[in-house]
Amino acid sequence: MLDRYARRKYSDIFVRSACVAATVIALVPLVSVLYYVTSRGIGGISWDFFSELPKPVGESGGGMANALAGSFKLLFLACVFGIPPGVLAGVYLAEFGNSRFGKLVRFSADVMSGVPSITVGIFVYSLVVLRAKHFSAFAGGVALGVLMLPTVTRTTEELLKLVPESLREAALGLGLPKWRATLRVMLRTAAPGIATGVMLAVARVAGETAPLLFTAFSNPFWSSGLNEPTASLPVIIYNYAVSPYEEWHRQAWAAALVLLLLVLLLNVSARLLVRNRVGAR
Amino acid sequence: MDRRHTDREYEGELESLRERVLLMGAHVEEVLALAMRAYNDRNVLLARGTIELDSTIDQLELEIDEAAIQILARRQPVASDLRFITTTLKLVTDLERIGDLGVNICERVAELGVDRSENPHDPIPRIADVAQAMVHDALDAFVAGDAVKANQVIDRDKTVDAYYAQLYPELLPRMMSNPNVVFESTRLLSIGKSLERLADHATNIAEMVVFMVKGQDVRHSGPASHQ
Amino acid sequence: MTVGSQSRISKPTPRKGARGEGSATDDSRSRWDEVSVSTLVPKMRTEDLHAYFGQSEVLKGISLQIAEKQVTAVIGPSGCGKSTFVRCLNRMHEVVPGARATGQVLLDKQDIYQGDVDAVRVRRRVGMVFQKPNPFPTMSIRDNVLAGLRLNGERPDDPDAVVEKMLQRVALWDEVKDILGRAGTGLSGGQQQRLCIARSLALEPEVLLMDEPCSALDPIATARVEELIHELRKSYTIVIVTHNMQQAARVANFTAFFYLGKLIEHDRTDVIFTRPKEQRTEDYITGRFG
Repeated sequence: MLDRYARRKYSDIFVRSACVAATVIALVPLVSVLYYVTSRGIGGISWDFFSELPKPVGESGGGMANALAGSFKLLFLACVFGIPPGVLAGVYLAEFGNSRFGKLVRFSADVMSGVPSITVGIFVYSLVVLRAKHFSAFAGGVALGVLMLPTVTRTTEELLKLVPESLREAALGLGLPKWRATLRVMLRTAAPGIATGVMLAVARVAGETAPLLFTAFSNPFWSSGLNEPTASLPVIIYNYAVSPYEEWHRQAWAAALVLLLLVLLLNVSARLLVRNRVGAR
Repeated sequence: MDRRHTDREYEGELESLRERVLLMGAHVEEVLALAMRAYNDRNVLLARGTIELDSTIDQLELEIDEAAIQILARRQPVASDLRFITTTLKLVTDLERIGDLGVNICERVAELGVDRSENPHDPIPRIADVAQAMVHDALDAFVAGDAVKANQVIDRDKTVDAYYAQLYPELLPRMMSNPNVVFESTRLLSIGKSLERLADHATNIAEMVVFMVKGQDVRHSGPASHQ
Repeated sequence: MTVGSQSRISKPTPRKGARGEGSATDDSRSRWDEVSVSTLVPKMRTEDLHAYFGQSEVLKGISLQIAEKQVTAVIGPSGCGKSTFVRCLNRMHEVVPGARATGQVLLDKQDIYQGDVDAVRVRRRVGMVFQKPNPFPTMSIRDNVLAGLRLNGERPDDPDAVVEKMLQRVALWDEVKDILGRAGTGLSGGQQQRLCIARSLALEPEVLLMDEPCSALDPIATARVEELIHELRKSYTIVIVTHNMQQAARVANFTAFFYLGKLIEHDRTDVIFTRPKEQRTEDYITGRFG
């Protein structure tokens, strides 16, 4: 009797320790990345970094203002190209997803979310860049938008499905046409969750480098408008990191840190948004 | 389709109520039978003994009322069950009064003593026969849920009324011609009166049975014969 | 005979008028006794209504009249089609994929199932309250009341007046007048249900359908909603589905008993519950089913 009890106790302790160990192992990469990037990059953070353009090779100093601005511009464009079609597709799937076409759309979205980003880059390259015969922020935005699309679609669909049918019935019972009931009641109720999903999708594409290599390319100066190639944080990090210059390495670390913080910020905001919603209930 | 209530306990409660009503009815009929036998035999002892039986009847009335109210409170009966319960509540009042009237008869019999006048014709038995039959048939109608039988009881009330109406004209000349029979005659009148009222109560019971069976309220209306 | 009737042990005072109720009560009582399903003007009527979920026929030819400004209850065992029936009255039935209905449903003598009739507009005239209270969670109490109007693109001239009037009508105003900005879902179950009723009433429907509105409420909240129904009857025609027979007995003027998709009996509530004409009705309400 005691033997069985002791056995259980020890196996409990063993499994618990194993879980803790596994967690620690899983956390190691995250913690080390954070620590490493922070320690290497903090040195390069300065006011110049955020305000100055890159200086030519050889000269010290300079910043990445254009890359920062470029990243924001690209993310903005990505939202413009990715969110509306994504949300509408999600609405379609939630409403009509059981038709054959609906199943096809859902399948495509699932497949697309697994497509390597470089493939998307090449796709947009041939579609936009080759036609226009130059790299552009527009193309970069399209590429990032396409990458966001499947995530936004599936998130919207899943969240809409979570909204209780009773709300739709209430809306219909009030004499709303079906589309209005969907948009102004169901979608509105799901909106906070969808916003969270969108934020997470943006956080994901914020760090995409490969597609940008073929579309937005890079730019040592400010890019104006949408039709010029534009610098972006990930690409700059790539270029500087593979360069032989020490100065550039330092700046690349700083840029990496900034990018990391940006992504962290987006994730945390998304979490806070959810928590506030739930708290209000 | 099984006609019993899904709730067996409820079914049991209704059955128990019905049985108690029947028991009370049996007691009442017995009191009447004994009272009339005491009258026919001028058996004072029997009369006095019969009076004792009334307490059982009163006790049963209380029990039945209590049980019926319990069912009303706990079961919220509707339709036929509701009519049954309300009929029961009213019916036992009439039964109890019939019992009391039987007791009245016994008291009059005790007063009469063993004397019997020489007059050959006794007007009481024919009233008693009809009245007792009415009580019996009304209870049978209740048990069987027979509205036809109940209506027949209602119709017979006019017979009792007619017999009773003849009682006074028959007894008055006797009293006038022979003062010695006044005491006896007044007792006979009283007994006749009790029997007539008893028949009215039996009619009430029959009317309630019609209501219970058909859902129609035939009280205070209906054929002109009983007004 | 006079002698006999005096001895009849009936009540010493006559039934009517003895308690000084006056002739008004007597008149209305005798008038109500003469009322039957056929004497009242029907607000809505169904003619041979059949309803299907795919291949399965749930309503098998229902012809029923809903009297105007009266409460009609629909009772019956689970699966008898009572909810389906009521949902046909405002064309909510067809919202479910694969659901359809044939036959006629007449609202003021106009068939709402006719080809050119817009279901959306029918639902403005025939409102609905559901079993589980469903105020919109993203909106405040105030916005919930106005939701029916606003979401349809209408802008009332004096929204505050509308809100107050509707909440007064459902006896909720005093309880929430200081917290109109709070989320609709922050109220108790009974309050939420009354809020949903107010929301429906804001559209000024002519008929109000209630699908087991008190099933999710505690007895006190239920009593308040029933009291509300009693008040609303003066202005609206009400159809209430309930599986609680005592509720139908308390609240409804007319009761219809459904069984296995058919209408078995439809009559005044007092008749149904004291002397129903159909054996199946009798068996159901006295608890002799199954």
